[in-house]
Amino acid sequence: MTLALNGVTKEFNRRSIFRDVSFSLGSGESLAITGRNGSGKSTLVKIVCGLLSPTRGTIEYVHDGKMIEGEDVRNHIGLVSPYLQLYDEFSGMENLELLSAIRSDRTLEDGRIDEVLNDVGLWERRKDLLRTYSSGMKQRLKYAFAVVHRPDILILDEPTSNLDKDGIEMVTRRVREQQKSAILIVATNDADEATWCSKKVELGTHR
Amino acid sequence: MSAFTSTFALVRKDVHSELRTRYALNALIMFVVTAVATILFALRSDQPTSSVLSGLYWVVVFFTAMSGLSRTFVSEEERGTTMTLQLVASPSTVYFAKLIFNTALTFSMTIAVTILYMAVFSNAFVIKTLSIFIGTVVLGSLGFASASTIIAAIVAKANTRGTLYPVLSFPILIVLLMTVMGATTKALDGEDLSTALGDFQILVGYFLAMTGGSYLLFDYVWKD
Amino acid sequence: MKFVKYGSIILITFILIAGIAIPLSPTPHSWLQFPVIPGLEEKARNILFHVPIAWTTVVAFLVGTYYGFRYLKTKDIEYDIKSVSSAGLGFLFCFLATITGALWAKFSWGSFWNWDPRETSIFILLLIYGAYFALRSALDTDEKRATLSAVYSIIAGITVPFFIFVMPRILSGLHPGAKGDPDGAGPVVQLKMSPNMLVIFLLGLLGFTLLYVWLLNIRVRLAKLEYKRSIDQS
Repeated sequence: MTLALNGVTKEFNRRSIFRDVSFSLGSGESLAITGRNGSGKSTLVKIVCGLLSPTRGTIEYVHDGKMIEGEDVRNHIGLVSPYLQLYDEFSGMENLELLSAIRSDRTLEDGRIDEVLNDVGLWERRKDLLRTYSSGMKQRLKYAFAVVHRPDILILDEPTSNLDKDGIEMVTRRVREQQKSAILIVATNDADEATWCSKKVELGTHR
Repeated sequence: MSAFTSTFALVRKDVHSELRTRYALNALIMFVVTAVATILFALRSDQPTSSVLSGLYWVVVFFTAMSGLSRTFVSEEERGTTMTLQLVASPSTVYFAKLIFNTALTFSMTIAVTILYMAVFSNAFVIKTLSIFIGTVVLGSLGFASASTIIAAIVAKANTRGTLYPVLSFPILIVLLMTVMGATTKALDGEDLSTALGDFQILVGYFLAMTGGSYLLFDYVWKD
Repeated sequence: MKFVKYGSIILITFILIAGIAIPLSPTPHSWLQFPVIPGLEEKARNILFHVPIAWTTVVAFLVGTYYGFRYLKTKDIEYDIKSVSSAGLGFLFCFLATITGALWAKFSWGSFWNWDPRETSIFILLLIYGAYFALRSALDTDEKRATLSAVYSIIAGITVPFFIFVMPRILSGLHPGAKGDPDGAGPVVQLKMSPNMLVIFLLGLLGFTLLYVWLLNIRVRLAKLEYKRSIDQS
């Protein structure tokens, strides 16, 4: 899997958010997106996920030598973001089951959901409704949701917000795992988190 | 095939979610009951004509729909789950799932209003031509749900959702309302099925045009 | 644009004078006389103003929807500026058509408003415009406002053909060409005019269309300047 952005520019509501962002990542590579508040980190994350189209510039996803286009892109992407919420009225287990069923393009092997729930440390609470979860537990469940379909590109926006020490350890374990074989992108303000990655893009420097 | 399975998985999610939270259902039921009660107080001793009754029937359906059908998109937007859905489902999956869900809601609403009307206006609200009535309610619900689904998707992105929804929906739905009111009057008057075929054609055309247009435009509404 | 500007001024001045000053005669024998239409008499003159205004309303609506569609395809904000400018004019002309129509209806049919199919259609068009601007004011970023209002105007446009089929079936008409009028039941008003009146009528259509084009041009230029200024300030 390779991901390449060429001269991506985003303008929004009469303002230019960022200009001319270019980078390319192959499997096993990782990138940190840094920049002060309002520099457009989350916007760039959305563009990489294919949820937002850039004003100018292109994004290419290549998997096994084939270009991936349109709606197929999202099956290769896992995202953890403060803007992404899961359903309060369902349990952790149900959230993963329902969302995987809706995704349906890739069938999960048996026990995959159990495996990720164990991995993020929510196995004991898997049958409780999300509204009884603490914010840290919700953040953990977002990790489970992001990796359950084994994405080729994992994107973490503010990865450790609301997490305790164990949670942060869980995240670094996931990060190392992802770096072995796939692409990792971390959008963060935290200098420590930025050091997880081999490449770096800083937004908001052109002004 | 996977498009079908995803769509129905999303419908299943919405139904489960609705049964647990009752976001729309309770509002709809209470609205139907209060609206019919108000009409009953107003008409207490009068014998309303069939055109008045069929008009009031669809007025109740319209305002009830306006109080509940926008929930399908507004609740996703308010809870921040829009992005989650965008990541797991294609826009057409989301559109058709919400359309199916809203059609089911509208249809059950019309059934509830029909039963209530038959109970409280037992003398005046007598369905004499059942075929016209069933055709009108089924096709009318389809058209109704189709228009209100795309408007709900638009309204979910705006600031003043509650008041905006009926304002945007009414001009779009007025053609449909006029047709179903006319056809319902025919059903109450006991006219022959053949007199309503023209109305049915309009309703089918409306549903197809609205659904086709919404399907093509939904991408623009759904993605930021 | 100069042609449009002076063309509309000259044409509208001409039909104002001609439409009001040309006398009616039961047996017209020269170019400077209109025939008397039974039941309308002097009130027939309004056709030279009311119908072109209503026509312009429809043109403005179609143009606005077309530019909305172009915006969705290109994401170029200039098309949104054109779309909303046209919608604003459409609203104005729609309002004028309603007023001139209601006045005419009062003196020809006895009341300001009769819910005849065409009156109902223009009422719905007013509602659509109202809803369109209500939607625009409820959206806070340019892109959302442009995209969603374009989608709404296209959705509203989809329902318009249904007016033509549905209204005459349900409402009894008073306008020529409606149900009950023996001279035609088609969606287009049958033109039963003497040749000289027809010429002035067609010039009126042209004149008001040119006026619309001119006003649209001014509004678009103004809106673009305001847009640029707001960018420079931020």
